[in-house]
Amino acid sequence: MKLYKSISSIALAAGLVTSISTSAFAAETIKVGILHSLSGTMAISETTLKDTMLMLIEDQNKKGGVLGKQLEAVVVDPASNWPLFAEKARGLIEKDGVDAIFGSWTSVSRKSVLPVIEELNSVFFYPVQYEGEESSKNVFYTGAAPNQQAIPAVDYLMNDLGIERWVLAGTDYVYPRTTNKILKAYLKSKGVSDSDIMVNYTPFGHSDWQTIVSDVKSFGSAGKKTAVVSTINGDANVPFYKELGNQGVSSSDIPVVAFSVGEEELSGLDADPLVGHLAAWNYFMSVDEDVNQEFIAKWKAFIKDDNRVTNDPMEAHYIGFNMWIKAVEKAGTTEANAVQDAIIGVTTPNLSGGVSAMMPNHHITKPVLIGEIQSDGQFETVWSTSGLVAGDAWSDFLPGSKDLVADWRGPLSCGNYNVVTAKCSGQNF
Amino acid sequence: MFKYFLYPLLLVIGLSTSLQSFAELDFQVTLNQLSDKNFAKKIKTVEAIILSKNPKTKFVLESLSKGKVYYIKSNKKVVLALKNDKKYVATDLVSDEILGIFTKRELKKIGINNKIRKKIKTSLASIDLTDSNSLTRLKAVKAIYKDINKDIINTIKPLMVSEDDADVKEAMSVAISIFNLNSRDVEERINAIQNLKQSLEPIVKVRLIRLKDNDNDAQVRLDAERALQDINSKISQFKTLETLFFGISFGSVLILAAIGLAITFGVMGVINMAHGELIMLGAYTTYVIQLLMPNYIGLSIFVAIPAAFIVSGLVGVLIERGIIRHLHGRPLETLLATFGVSLVLQQVVRTIFSPLNRSVETPEWMSGALEINSILSLTWNRLYIIIFCLIVFAALVMVLKKTSLGLQVRAVSQDRSMARAMGVRSNWVDAMTFGLGSGIAGIAGVALSQLTNVGPNLGQAYIIDSFMVVVFGGVGNLWGTLIGGFGLGIINKFMEPWVGAVLAKVLILIFIILFIQKRPSGLFPRKGRSAETN
Repeated sequence: MKLYKSISSIALAAGLVTSISTSAFAAETIKVGILHSLSGTMAISETTLKDTMLMLIEDQNKKGGVLGKQLEAVVVDPASNWPLFAEKARGLIEKDGVDAIFGSWTSVSRKSVLPVIEELNSVFFYPVQYEGEESSKNVFYTGAAPNQQAIPAVDYLMNDLGIERWVLAGTDYVYPRTTNKILKAYLKSKGVSDSDIMVNYTPFGHSDWQTIVSDVKSFGSAGKKTAVVSTINGDANVPFYKELGNQGVSSSDIPVVAFSVGEEELSGLDADPLVGHLAAWNYFMSVDEDVNQEFIAKWKAFIKDDNRVTNDPMEAHYIGFNMWIKAVEKAGTTEANAVQDAIIGVTTPNLSGGVSAMMPNHHITKPVLIGEIQSDGQFETVWSTSGLVAGDAWSDFLPGSKDLVADWRGPLSCGNYNVVTAKCSGQNF
Repeated sequence: MFKYFLYPLLLVIGLSTSLQSFAELDFQVTLNQLSDKNFAKKIKTVEAIILSKNPKTKFVLESLSKGKVYYIKSNKKVVLALKNDKKYVATDLVSDEILGIFTKRELKKIGINNKIRKKIKTSLASIDLTDSNSLTRLKAVKAIYKDINKDIINTIKPLMVSEDDADVKEAMSVAISIFNLNSRDVEERINAIQNLKQSLEPIVKVRLIRLKDNDNDAQVRLDAERALQDINSKISQFKTLETLFFGISFGSVLILAAIGLAITFGVMGVINMAHGELIMLGAYTTYVIQLLMPNYIGLSIFVAIPAAFIVSGLVGVLIERGIIRHLHGRPLETLLATFGVSLVLQQVVRTIFSPLNRSVETPEWMSGALEINSILSLTWNRLYIIIFCLIVFAALVMVLKKTSLGLQVRAVSQDRSMARAMGVRSNWVDAMTFGLGSGIAGIAGVALSQLTNVGPNLGQAYIIDSFMVVVFGGVGNLWGTLIGGFGLGIINKFMEPWVGAVLAKVLILIFIILFIQKRPSGLFPRKGRSAETN
């Protein structure tokens, strides 16, 4: 096994690591790092985000750049290899001298980048929904925290669909495990008994769902309305939904609400068996707003493909990038400390017709939308929060973290301040 | 005078002729209300459509649930629209008249949610109760088990008298019995329990549990408990059968993935880390074939099988001729080189097809399930793959046993130098054997494209499993691979409900490690002299 490991790391290091930097066209530019995997398992999701960033930067340059300078994208490929994320981030800051980094998808890659970003005091934007329980001085979380996705989705199922029995199904890693822990605590606080909750974990890329779907079916035939809350990761979803369809579990019997299935994932599969199943996001491509139509048109033109779709993490980058631009303009410099101070309270329009703001805990405000999958792979919004929801870094439903608050404004300036002991642990991740 | 007489007459004639079109107009007005964004209002409109009992009601509801109903943005008229070459052809829902061709921007689809979908489903079911096809009627009766009420029972009762299909009649009497479980009359409840003793419908079990716990009559409680015992023991029997089926089906997938490896690794002794990528190429071939023949999805699978065999087989021959041949007898280097090849193949596919998963359609005849009863249903795609796996296996055994290529392959694998002395072109045989194994991997890819994602990482998910099956079954023995695959599949599926999918996989690996300690050459070790040379 050791041999295999070293072989794989040598091969990866030698064969796949390439760094491309676009040539400088102005005498002095502001450099922006893009740290998304372009090869390996995560390339499926992250390549799109790299293209989104390139589009946003190109667009900003057409508007005259920022602080009178052009922006320059520095793209590196961490190749879905978590330690390589840290190495590449270090290279971006030390060697290329970037002023901000937009990147990562998985939580583990973010955790790998964290110490580097904090040590070198840079600015990092993370665009994906995640499990929360973190607030760093240097990281800005533009994706959803659990209270901006999972909890509202469960509320919708409970109140609007009258769900009484819950299957929490997830892939076996940190995001589903933490989210399900929060959800379980939340459900119990609402009076759901233990026997009405079934928790199930499967390995990455699980493809044989027969037993689990059959279990869900018998769990759901106990006379109470049942739903599946799915934190199943990307790839494993296709065989899961196929099996549901084949075993005759329809969305009107047992609806599945997913937190990792978006337009991009749906474009890779035949959506017919999925019609009526749900997903909770902060943005859908189908949102009928002018600003969104404009974004979609721009994206299709940039990528030169009329069939490409937009999704939630792309919107997160859109918001994050615009916030960074505004903060830089407000601070008058790209220096990290100044930007970190200036960005708190900055507001920019999001793509669903509202205005998002950066909170002192480095999370943003977003609307929560619940959509039903349609046969064309798009979502029909069936429910949305009346206003925007502020991201909560520390969950109110976990015993260890309900006393913690994050506030990066002075004089507190702490990512995990304990209101009971009135202490800041000083550890940021 | 005459004038006064004529006036009301004209009016009556005019009214009667326009009454028909007036109703249609009214129906269209109701339909147009579907363009409202509010789901609560939409559901009211759907109710109105159902109540209107218009001859077109069934058609409208079906189209609505299939997402074919749109409204024209300019005048809010609700129409049927079918996609044709990036444009939409709109048809009047009432008169079937073609209204013209629209672009996507001029139309807006009428989205529905699960509440509406459910409403449509139940109302379609009650319309279907009088369908001429007995299967449709049976489905309709079964669909209403869950929301039985007095109205439905009142519709069913007269239908049951005239019903001549035994199955439908049976289903109807089950429905009435389910309703009678809530009857006020003790006698009727006990009779209903007697009638439902054989039923495996989940709703029956739920209702019986409720009776057992809450009924105020002791006899009813006792009867309910007895009936529940019967039902539970039957359910557990069928559940065991189901798990066995799951195991066999999982096993057949393992065998398909491993059988090509059983040839390249088992017969030739080459550790081919790119085996998974050859499977992936087969799956992508299916995708390409479907792109080429979009109107014949059912047929495309049959075309894809030989195509995938050829594509993967050719790539296999190329790998053998280009790389493996030069590393003969150096297993570690072969392992490294083929691992490199696997990375190259993945990245090539990523560059050509994009890193996104591709969607391979499942033909109509492969989706859905064969329903034996409401507990046991065997999914068609799994059934076909089990059969397919057995056919591939049989074909491969025949090739190795009955053809001259098979004879030469066996000769070279048993004693290379002796075979060469007898005039066998061992180089050529090596290439053909590797091509055969790779081609079979391609065929496995066709099968897997129906089960899982078609993406650049498809192969990686199966490479470990494939080696596991081959090593467990005994290197160089096809029968070992067959027994090993089914064995591991069944063990895995029987463990999964107990320990969960993650731990089941871990336990299987531990089991194999221990097993290999005890029997290093697997289930069916090679015997005789060839065992030592390899």
